[in-house]
Amino acid sequence: MKNLLAALLFGPAALFAAERGTPLDSAPIDPRDLVSLQSGARTFVNYCLGCHGLQYMRYNRLTDLGLTEAQIRDNLMFSADKVGETMKVAMTVKDGKAWFGVPPPDLSVIARSRGADWIYNYLRSFHRDPKSANGWNNKVFPNAAMPHVLWKVQQDSSAVQYDVTVRDLVNFLVYVGEPSAQSRKNIGIVVLFVLGVLFIFAYAMKKAFWKDVR
Amino acid sequence: MASRLMALWDWFDSRMPTVGEEWRKHASEYYAPKNFNFWYYFGALSLLVLVIMIVSGIFLTMNYKPDAALAFGSVEYIMRDVPGGWLIRYIHSTGASAFFIVVYLHMFRALLYGSYKEPRELVWIFGVLIYLTLMGEAFFGYLLPWGQMSYWGAQVIVNLFSTVPFIGPDLALWIRGDYVVSDVTLNRFFALHVIALPLVLLGLVVAHILALHDVGSNNPDGVEIKQNKDANGRPVDGIPFHPYYTVKDTVGSVVFLAVFCIVMFFMPELGGYFLEHNNFIPANPLLTPEHIAPVWYFTPYYSVLRAVPPVEIEWLGIAPTQFPGVMVMGISTLVLFLFPWLDRSPVKSIRYRGVYWKSAVAIFVVAFLVLGYLGVKPTNAWGQFGAWLGGAERATVAARVCTVVYFAFFILMPWYTAKDKVKPVPDRVTM
Repeated sequence: MKNLLAALLFGPAALFAAERGTPLDSAPIDPRDLVSLQSGARTFVNYCLGCHGLQYMRYNRLTDLGLTEAQIRDNLMFSADKVGETMKVAMTVKDGKAWFGVPPPDLSVIARSRGADWIYNYLRSFHRDPKSANGWNNKVFPNAAMPHVLWKVQQDSSAVQYDVTVRDLVNFLVYVGEPSAQSRKNIGIVVLFVLGVLFIFAYAMKKAFWKDVR
Repeated sequence: MASRLMALWDWFDSRMPTVGEEWRKHASEYYAPKNFNFWYYFGALSLLVLVIMIVSGIFLTMNYKPDAALAFGSVEYIMRDVPGGWLIRYIHSTGASAFFIVVYLHMFRALLYGSYKEPRELVWIFGVLIYLTLMGEAFFGYLLPWGQMSYWGAQVIVNLFSTVPFIGPDLALWIRGDYVVSDVTLNRFFALHVIALPLVLLGLVVAHILALHDVGSNNPDGVEIKQNKDANGRPVDGIPFHPYYTVKDTVGSVVFLAVFCIVMFFMPELGGYFLEHNNFIPANPLLTPEHIAPVWYFTPYYSVLRAVPPVEIEWLGIAPTQFPGVMVMGISTLVLFLFPWLDRSPVKSIRYRGVYWKSAVAIFVVAFLVLGYLGVKPTNAWGQFGAWLGGAERATVAARVCTVVYFAFFILMPWYTAKDKVKPVPDRVTM
């Protein structure tokens, strides 16, 4: 009975301690850092877009990142014709399945399902593994079908530089997950201010009407 | 100008006096007790959320596609390409959770002040019907984004019906319209979510309010204000709902909307409780997620379901079945209907009740919250007991204890409410 009571009382505390195996480094992203977002977009179209699409994201929406449509067309569009198109992948699902075992998932909302921290750690946890099909393995996502696509980038840059590259890429994916996130917060502040003003009037009106109730 | 408007109103009133009569009956001459406290905001707020959900729902329907191949994408289309679409979607998703929060608090108010007791049994019954309909509405709506949690949540819930003896599998097939949750299921759930249940809900809300206005509102003292009237036949402790409570509820609504907006604009996922992370993965009928958790408002009942072990009756040839758990879960919601007849206390409000009732309510609330908490966690979340308890999972044992407490609260109610030592109730309400 005593143990049972102890479990009921202290169980929740123990739970928080032991929920996840390896703790993830928190991703130092900043959704307002346009330079970082642009760098992430460049990394994405150069290294990821070959296999992973962003099928719900339109190229011209990247004007959010402080780019002009001309800049987007000249620097970020490799396979699309019109700037209003979505960032689809050229590879078919069938080919993806044949080459990797599973078709590479669309990454439009990957930051919302996996979370920024997971992606940040995943992309920094590849290591050589001769036993795996593609010669790579991953500590965060064991036996991932994806090889270490950024290996050349990692090889050519310092550890700090590589972390920054991945940070920018994750920052970009978080943005893509919810492009309206920044305007959502901005509008929220205005709405709360309006409600605050409304509260003053509503409260004064209530006070006035309730004067005679006792 | 004012006299012109009055003339217009007279013109209207002489042709359709019903509008004015109903306004007087339900607002300007509906006498509500003057001592409503904080807990009395949540009825009006439930109505506010209902309106918010209907209006935002209409706009979502304009852009959503109830098609297994398009549904997930159409939600992202709303989030990205429809002007203001993200706002409409977040209003609706935050509103779903807000609906349950205000309804749970509204029901807790009834528990605190005995609002279900005579003569308000019908008000309570309509209220429970609203609650059950709301659960159905939330369940059908949750399939529509067509994410992994939508899909597998629906799969699990529909499969509950397949545990019913004899007719179960056919029943589940009839509900789904297919052998698995599919495009057919999505289409019919859409129809049920956007038209069938909202109509039922609106009808029940009207019945709930009409029933309330016939008997009059209860109050934190549990005193019947109609027993104390002045020379004009108006309750001495009553004040007209309009303007007194309309202005008061306006203040409450503004505060509620502020809290609502803080969540909606700054943390619309609320840590994965209002919008689950796994629901941003498109539905995949071939890939079962490791841990399927229902949305938070269903989790107390989900815990009850998991707390009951599968039963096997060998000599009858009955294979292990979850049906008893499903039944217990069903009863745990239906038992709410019996509240007015299980509570035998001569007193309504908790203010004048004794220690039995107060402790029973406190323990019940704790058990309900623990069940809700456990429902979002896997059953092995708290590890296992040692050999002395056969290595049983701690969380499962806790859920069983809480399930027993949940039912004990109801089953023992006639006894402890009759035994309880009550305090004298004042003749008039206290402010």
